[in-house]
Order: sequence, then C-alpha cells, then structure tokens
Amino acid sequence: MPNLKDLKNRIESVKNTRKITKAMQMVAAAKLRRAQEAAEQSRPYTERFNAVMGGLAASVGGSASAPKLLSGTGKDDVHLLVIMTAERGLCGGFNSNIAKLGRARAQELLAQGKTVKIITVGKKGRDSIKRDLGDTFVGHVDLTEVKRVGYENAQDIARDLLARFDGEEFDVCTIFYSKFVNVVTQIPTAQQVIPASFEETEDAGESTLYDYEPSEEAILADLLPRGVATQIFAALLENGASEQGSRMSAMDNATRNAGEMIDKLTIQFNRSRQAVITNELIEIISGAEAL
Amino acid sequence: MANTMQFDLVSPERSLASLEATAVQIPGADGDMTAMPDHAPTITTLRPGVLTVEATDGASQYAVTGGFAEISAEGTSVLAEKAMPVAEVTAADMDALIAQASDAAANATPEAKDAADKTVADLEALRAALNV
Repeated sequence: MPNLKDLKNRIESVKNTRKITKAMQMVAAAKLRRAQEAAEQSRPYTERFNAVMGGLAASVGGSASAPKLLSGTGKDDVHLLVIMTAERGLCGGFNSNIAKLGRARAQELLAQGKTVKIITVGKKGRDSIKRDLGDTFVGHVDLTEVKRVGYENAQDIARDLLARFDGEEFDVCTIFYSKFVNVVTQIPTAQQVIPASFEETEDAGESTLYDYEPSEEAILADLLPRGVATQIFAALLENGASEQGSRMSAMDNATRNAGEMIDKLTIQFNRSRQAVITNELIEIISGAEAL
Repeated sequence: MANTMQFDLVSPERSLASLEATAVQIPGADGDMTAMPDHAPTITTLRPGVLTVEATDGASQYAVTGGFAEISAEGTSVLAEKAMPVAEVTAADMDALIAQASDAAANATPEAKDAADKTVADLEALRAALNV
C-alpha cells in the first residue's frame, strides 16, 4: 500500500497534467476557429477555380494537344505520394491516420511493382514514414517556422512538384491529407493532383459557351500549374483545421481522464488516511486495555 | 437592360470584394478589357496590373498579379493569385514580387523565357503605375 505522502504527490501531479491538457484544449479551440475561418475564406476561390477548370478540361481534355498536366504522361509507373501531416503531436490519431493511409497506398503500389516516391509535409509524418519506407523517401517540406499557412507555402510545394514533374521524376502525384468534417470527425483523404482530375460539374451539358482570351489551350496551360497550388493550399487548410479539431477532442478526453484519475486517487487517499487513523486508535485502545 | 452586375474578387486566402458593379476594367493577358453588364461570356487570364471596379457609389482599385477572370451572364468574377487594394500596396511588396519574378525569369527554360520576361515587365509597369 503506497503511503499517504506518495498518494498526495501523485494527485498533485495528475492535477497539473489536467491543467496543461485543459489549457491545450482551449488553445486548440481558439486556433480551430481561426483555421476554420481560413478554410472557409479560401473556399469560394477553390470552388470557382474548379468549376472553370472542369469546363475547360472537358472541352480540351480529349484532344491530343492537351497539356501533360491534364492528360498525364501516358504511364503510371512512378507514383509520388505527398503526405501532409502536422508539425506537432498530441493530437490524437490525426498524424497516424494520415500516415497509415499513405503507407497502405505505398505498400499496395509497391506490391503491384510500381515505383513509389514519397514527399512529406510536416515533421510528424516524416518520422513515421521514414521508419518504414525510408528508401522511397525523396523530400520533406518543413513548415515548422510557419505560423499561419499562406498561399505562398502551397505555391512553394507546387513549384517543387511541377519541377519534378517536368524532370519526369514521376507520372502520378497524389496528396494525402485529412478532410475536416467537424471536431470529432476528420477523414484521411487521398486526392490525385497530377494528372489533374476535376469533379464533373453537374450541368456540364448546358454550360455557357465562353469566349477565351487567349486560346483555350493557353489558358489551360496557364491555369493547370495554379490548380496544383490551389489544391495543395486547400488541403493544407483542411489539414490545419483537422489538426486543431483533433487536438481539441484528444485534449478534452485527456482532461476528462485526468479528472477520473484524480477522483480515484482521492478515494484511495481518503481510505488510506482512514486506515491509518483506525490503526492508531486500535493501538491506543489496546495500550489502555493492557494497563 | 441591367445597369449593374455582380462582381466578385477572390484570392486564395480571402474574398476581397463582392458588390454590384457597373463596369470592371480587367488587365487581361492580351490587353485590357472593360466588362459591363451583358458582356459576352468570356474567360481571360490576367497579367499583373490594376483592376478597376466602378460601382454606383464610386470606383475602387486593386492591384492583382496573375489569375483569371470569368465574365458570365450572372456577373464577373476575378480569381487573382494575389490581390490587394491599391492603397495597401507598399514599395516593399512590389520589390519582393519583382525580385521573385526576375529570379524565375533568370532560371526559366528557353520556351518559358518570353513569358517570364513579360511578367517582370508587367510587374515593373504596375509599380510605375502605382507610383509607390
């Protein structure tokens, strides 16, 4: 049986832990709101962009002159997986869920005899991917210093990807990130960015006929690289919101667990104290009886 | 005939403007154009330049870099890679953009060289126009 002093220390330490997790939860809640706002503000751009690109891609897509970014290289031997995770831990299953999805895809592709190359964004994903798939690892994007993810960060990543694509280092590029649904639900998602795929717009058949300035092809060639950046930016923002949401619920759980533990320890503490008192009483009484 | 149309200016990071406009001057890649209500549906890419929006209660100006504009029956939307109100643009912003573009031009492949040089020239013209 642990003595009273030990129990007291234990309770104190769990109380401190609870304070920390509580604080982290509140910080995450505040950051989540900001991340969600950022994600919402970028949505109009992404939606319109995809709508226009969808229309353009549909009209140019079939022709032989379609840019490589849209039609692909004609092979799918080398796959580049961009796995986006957080820079920090303590956010529940967030990082490991994304890494798991990426790893499963990588192993599936390897089993099919394809070549896999992996770029990670975020320190946490790099650590876990490097352990298992170290030889396929080709690069890492460090966002540790970035306080607030901006479009420039997405552009940098996109530029790197495009340079690699032009250098024919890969045929297909897929990004892995977590889609934010709400605080308790984040869905790890894989999305193909090169060759570009756009969701079919529902009214594709009766869409307006546009004049294009310069030509359709020129616009498409100009916009496709931007499309990559846009998709990466949207993914980064979703990821940011997911990370905070995930951390918030993880910390909420941790706070609750700490509370339960404190209750249990307090009961144990009280029982031990009572036992000590009873013991002393018995000693006194038996001492008195002996006289 | 409608006298105004819906105008939206959005950048990836935020939506800058959403209002009823009477005319929008767009710095198109092939030359400036002015979109007024009932303009023929057009999609054009942008070059770095000044975008002027005229509304019933006055005009506002935005500096935009690349992107594209979509003019349709519902209105005009400009999706700019980077956009900010002209009053907020500082010399440092422009210098950073020009430096970045010059870098890109210096490293560009021969086919892309012309386009990259043009971007630099457009940015310099934009700086001159803004007079910062």
